Amino acid sequence: MTLLDFARGPGLQWSVAIFVFGLLWRLVGIFFLRTKPDLSEPRNPAKWKGLRLIALRSWPRKEFLEGTAFGEVMGYTFHLGFLVALFFYVPHLLFFESVFEGLLGTDFEGIFGFRWPVLPTAAITFLSAVSVAALVAVLIHRITNPVKRLISNFDDYFSWLLTVAPLATGLLAYAHAGGIRYETLLGTHILSAEVLLVWFPFSKLIHAFTIFAARGATGMIFERKGASL
Amino acid sequence: MATSTLGEYLRARGVSRRQFLRFCATSASLMALPPSMVPRIAAALEVARRPSVIWLPFQECTGCTESITRAHGATIESLIFEAISLDYQHTLQAAAGEAAEHAREKAMKDNWGKYLLIVDGSIPTANPGYGTIAGVSNLEMLKEAASGCAAVVAVGSCAAFGGIPQANPNPTGAVSVSDVVKDKPIINISGCPPIPVVITGTLVQYLTFGKIPELDALGRPKAFYGQNIHDRCYRRPFYERGQFAESFDDEGAKKGWCLFKLGCKGPVTYNACATTKWNNGTSFPIEAGHGCIGCSEPKFWDKGGFYQPLSAGDWGSGRTIAAAAGAGVVLGAAAAALGRKRQKDVEAKQS
Repeated sequence: MTLLDFARGPGLQWSVAIFVFGLLWRLVGIFFLRTKPDLSEPRNPAKWKGLRLIALRSWPRKEFLEGTAFGEVMGYTFHLGFLVALFFYVPHLLFFESVFEGLLGTDFEGIFGFRWPVLPTAAITFLSAVSVAALVAVLIHRITNPVKRLISNFDDYFSWLLTVAPLATGLLAYAHAGGIRYETLLGTHILSAEVLLVWFPFSKLIHAFTIFAARGATGMIFERKGASL
Repeated sequence: MATSTLGEYLRARGVSRRQFLRFCATSASLMALPPSMVPRIAAALEVARRPSVIWLPFQECTGCTESITRAHGATIESLIFEAISLDYQHTLQAAAGEAAEHAREKAMKDNWGKYLLIVDGSIPTANPGYGTIAGVSNLEMLKEAASGCAAVVAVGSCAAFGGIPQANPNPTGAVSVSDVVKDKPIINISGCPPIPVVITGTLVQYLTFGKIPELDALGRPKAFYGQNIHDRCYRRPFYERGQFAESFDDEGAKKGWCLFKLGCKGPVTYNACATTKWNNGTSFPIEAGHGCIGCSEPKFWDKGGFYQPLSAGDWGSGRTIAAAAGAGVVLGAAAAALGRKRQKDVEAKQS
C-alpha cells in the first residue's frame, strides 16, 4: 500500500472516526451540562436579543483597536484564506461531494439545487500563500509578545503547526516542490489534514464548533442582566 | 547472434540517412538528451550489432505485442524493433511446439550472458498449470531464461507490476517479473499497453549507451516516465482556471475542459502519453475525451473506480465512523451526567 493509498483509505477512515468521536464527546458533554438556575428578576426578558453578541464580538471594538488590530487582521486573514482554500478548491470540493454521496446518497446539487462554486487554482494558491504568511506572522507575534508568550502552552504551538501543515503541504504539492513525486506530496498533504482532524477535538481548535454558541450563551446571560453589549 | 549491424539493416530496408538522423534526433528529444548527443546516438546505432532478444509472453492479453507490431505504417521505430534479432516470440513466430522451444534454447546457449530478455504478462504462481509453454510452467521458464540474460525488459503493466491478473482477488497468484528475478537488471516499461515508441526508445537507449538507462523508483526509464500526465496535459489550463467537464457529453466536455471531476488519474500517472501520444502522434486517451485511468501505475485496477475523482476518499463501509459517532455520544452524555451530578452536589453543600 502506497502512502497515498493509505491516506485516502485507512488513514482517512480512522482520522475521521477519531474526529467524530472526539467532537461528539466534547459537544454532547458541554451542551448537556446543567445551567445554574438564575432566580433573580430579569432586567430584560427578551434575553434572545443577546445573540447579537455573536456578531459584536466578531468585530474589533474601537477602544481596544490599538492593541488588537494586528491579531484581528492577521486572524481574519488566515482564517478566511484557510476556509476559502478548504471549501472552494475543486479537489477539496470533490472530496466533500464524496462525503455527501457516502452519507446521503446524493451530491451537493442534489440537496441544495445548485452547484458548489469553486475558484480558479491561481486564486486558491494566492490565498493559501497569504494564509501561511499570516500564520507565520501571528506565531512571531506570539513568541515576541511577553504576555502572549506567558499564556501560551503546548496546545497553542502544536495547533499552529498542525494548522499550517495542510496549507504548506498543499502548496508544495501544487508546486511539485523539490522534485518529489506528486503522489508522495499529495499523500503527505492528505495525511497532514488527517493529523489535524485527530488533534482537533481535543485541543483549542474545538473553538471552531463552540465559539459562536459560547458567545450567544454569554450574550443571552448579559442581556438578561441588562448589561450593555 | 546475428552479424549485421543496425546501420546495414536499415539501409537495406531503404531508410535514408535523413530519416535515420531524424529518428535519432527524436529519440534524443524523448530521452531529454541535448542535441549534441544526436551524432553519438547515430554513430552508436549505426554500428550496433543486432542483439539477440528472447521475448516470453506469459499471463497477458497480447495487447503489448499488438502495440509494438501495430505501429501505424512502417515507422522507423518498427524497423528498429525488427532490427533486433528476435529469436523467440511464440505469439509472432511461425514455428511452434518443440521447434520453437529449440530456437529459444539455441538462442540462449549461443548468446549466454548477452541476450536481452523481454517479458510481457504476469507470472502465475498459485498453480504451475495455470500457465505453461511446451509443458514448462511460466515461473520455471522465466527463471531459466533470466539466468543467462544480460537484462530483463518487463513490457506492460502485467510484467512490470502484476497488472490486471494480479487484481483483487488475484486467483492465479500472479506476480511481476521483479518478484521472481532478483539478480538481473530489470527495466519496467509499464502501460496497458505501453507506448510503442517508449519500448523502441528504451531499446535505442540500451543499444546507444550499452547500459541500463536511468530508472525511477518503480524501475521505469526516467526519460519516458519522469513526468506525470497532468503536468504535460494540454487540458491543464482548464484545470488551473477551474473549468471542468461534469459529464462526458456536457458543454464542458465539448469545449475540451479538464476531466479531473470525471475521474482522470493524470496527476498521479507517470507516462509519456501526453507528449509522444499514440497512433503516430495522433492523440492520447484524454485527447479522445476520456480521463487517464493510470494504467502505467502499480495496482491501477484496484485503486477505486476509474470514474471516481482522485480526491474522493475511500470510506470503506463507514461502520468504523458510525461506531465512533455512537461512542462519542455515549461518552459525552456520560460526561454531562457526571457534571450535572457534581453541580448538584456542590449546590446541595452550599444550601
